[in-house]
Amino acid sequence: MSSIATSRPRFDTPARLAIGVLVFAVLGLTGTAFQPDLGSLDLPRLSIVVTVLAILGVRYSLGFARHRLGDVIIGLVTILSAWFLVETVGNHQGLAAPGFWFLTIATWFASWLFVERMAHWRGLSPFAQKLVNLAIPLIFGITLLVLWQLVVVGAGIPQVLLPSPGAIGTRLVSSVPVLWADFQQTFLKAVLAGYAIGCGSAFVVAILIDRVPFLRRGLLPIGNLVSALPIIGVAPIMVMWFGFDWPSKAAVVIIMTFFPMLVNTVAGLAAADAMQKDLMRTYAASYWQTLIKLRLPMALPFIFNALKINSTLAMIGAIVAEFFGTPIVGMGFRISTEVGRMNLDMVWAEIAVAALAGSLFYAAVALIERIATFWHPSQRG
Amino acid sequence: MTTEAAVRPLSPFAGLMSGTIGPVLVVVLGLIAIWYVATVALNAPFQRDIYARAGQTDVPFSQMVADTLAQERPVLPSPHQVAIEIWDTTVNKKVTSNRSLIYHTGITLSSTLTGFVMGTLLGIGLAILVVHSRVLDKSLMPWVISSQTIPILAIAPMIIVVLNAIGISGLMPKAMISTYLSFFPVTVGMVKGLRSPELIHIDLMRTYSASEAETFWKLRLPYAVPYLFASMKVGIAASLVGAIVGELPTGAVAGLGARLLAGSYYGQTVQIWSALVLASVVAGSLVALIGLLEKATLAKMGMNR
Repeated sequence: MSSIATSRPRFDTPARLAIGVLVFAVLGLTGTAFQPDLGSLDLPRLSIVVTVLAILGVRYSLGFARHRLGDVIIGLVTILSAWFLVETVGNHQGLAAPGFWFLTIATWFASWLFVERMAHWRGLSPFAQKLVNLAIPLIFGITLLVLWQLVVVGAGIPQVLLPSPGAIGTRLVSSVPVLWADFQQTFLKAVLAGYAIGCGSAFVVAILIDRVPFLRRGLLPIGNLVSALPIIGVAPIMVMWFGFDWPSKAAVVIIMTFFPMLVNTVAGLAAADAMQKDLMRTYAASYWQTLIKLRLPMALPFIFNALKINSTLAMIGAIVAEFFGTPIVGMGFRISTEVGRMNLDMVWAEIAVAALAGSLFYAAVALIERIATFWHPSQRG
Repeated sequence: MTTEAAVRPLSPFAGLMSGTIGPVLVVVLGLIAIWYVATVALNAPFQRDIYARAGQTDVPFSQMVADTLAQERPVLPSPHQVAIEIWDTTVNKKVTSNRSLIYHTGITLSSTLTGFVMGTLLGIGLAILVVHSRVLDKSLMPWVISSQTIPILAIAPMIIVVLNAIGISGLMPKAMISTYLSFFPVTVGMVKGLRSPELIHIDLMRTYSASEAETFWKLRLPYAVPYLFASMKVGIAASLVGAIVGELPTGAVAGLGARLLAGSYYGQTVQIWSALVLASVVAGSLVALIGLLEKATLAKMGMNR
């Protein structure tokens, strides 16, 4: 990335944001917060915090408090303000008036300002830099969640359209046994079994194909084509063949993961340089020695690429296959039935579990990759 | 083999086999042969059942093979059954008919393309924002990437039902699922592409005193075009998958996904396979179309290899 220092104009993005905080805080404090006529100033804690936020905004746009301590104070006050907003709106559901929205926007701008400042912190220790890099997307995500909560509760959007994060969280905690049973059925049985068999068999086939150049030339274009096809469509057929329980879902996962793994492994096995292969030959290495000591290690980055792609595909395959018929347990089953019953908070809870499982699965594969291919340039960066 | 033979192939056949066309053809033929064998093997138990019930004891093997290939609701339909079904439902039916596969393909295709265009525009927009804002790069990019570890197709039924509840139905909900699936490859590819100009080129633009916008139009965007096409190929395939899955929860009204669902409800395996084959043909042609577009554009820009 190019990071050539330019003379920073005085009126930069943070300054604009600070003025935005000030303007919206003033608008919010003078307006009506909740119907019928509850002014913002009738909510003492909230108005005090927002006033502090506005003062910080003034200071910032005037050029004071432009240091790390000032930034941290802005962050802390923003957290307090968001907390009070969420708390107050819970007592006045669906009654939000313009004043409340102005306060929300002011708080949003303040958190944006905080992140904007944090991204420009310089001279941190490597560890602190890592923490900051982790905190920025985290704050972004939390901001989105808080905004979602405020809008849904404040505007009184009905549960059947979009439940609030709070409601989803409550549902998540209260129905852990159901979610765990679904997770077991879909992830621990179908996804893991299908993933292991699909990737494993593709790996073996790739090594066999690699010995026959004719097959390699013939299968690679087809493998590339297949990866563009809507393979998910075989789901109804697999359900017909293997029944309603998890083996049919595992079969879908096997088919979906097979071709990405095959194509990537074959490409990876071709990655070793002719020079390196010649060196192995001068050592009088056999085919298997060359394979294990040179070509497979060279292929690892490609193989892990496929494993990462497949971790996502496997989840999708298993869940969608459940739409076509399943016993009365499983994530896909739960999603489709609870949608029909308009229990959207349960659907979202299931999606949260799926997202968490998918991310952890991906992260686990990425971690193994980091350990196994520590020597590769992309890991040393 | 003599050296002469190595230089010049002995027959046109040998020349064919050393390229890619020959091997691909052989592999395809092999796959079809495996398909036929599998058809016989998978349909045989049911066929024996029929014979047992009809009281026929010693049916010759050739008769049984012929019968397994012509069952009405086979476990695995034979390739020619699928081909005949596709011919029947595309050429022999009116395009407007509910039973015409062309009609269903058209419906799926329209939401695929709508979603693909929206997803591509969204992806390009996000990429431009990410490349030009340090904060967005740090805060948005991790979410864009982790959004794909979420099995997003799982939300498809909910998106459809919710959008139906607030009065949006028909094309748009399906297109939105396609959008979600196709924006990601485009965003990632475009961010990579917009950052691909070397530092020395960016410095050159600076010595020309080019503004950020001029650098974008004259340097970054041309550099990003090959990346854009590569990711559009991935994106359009994902769009089609999104559109097909999006049709599942609407209750099997119309579209290729609906044909799959209806087929699975009524055990019409031939119908499922024909929809599947047609979907594959559509996917292949869409990707090929983008490939052609890529070639033409790059040739016009003087970037073709």
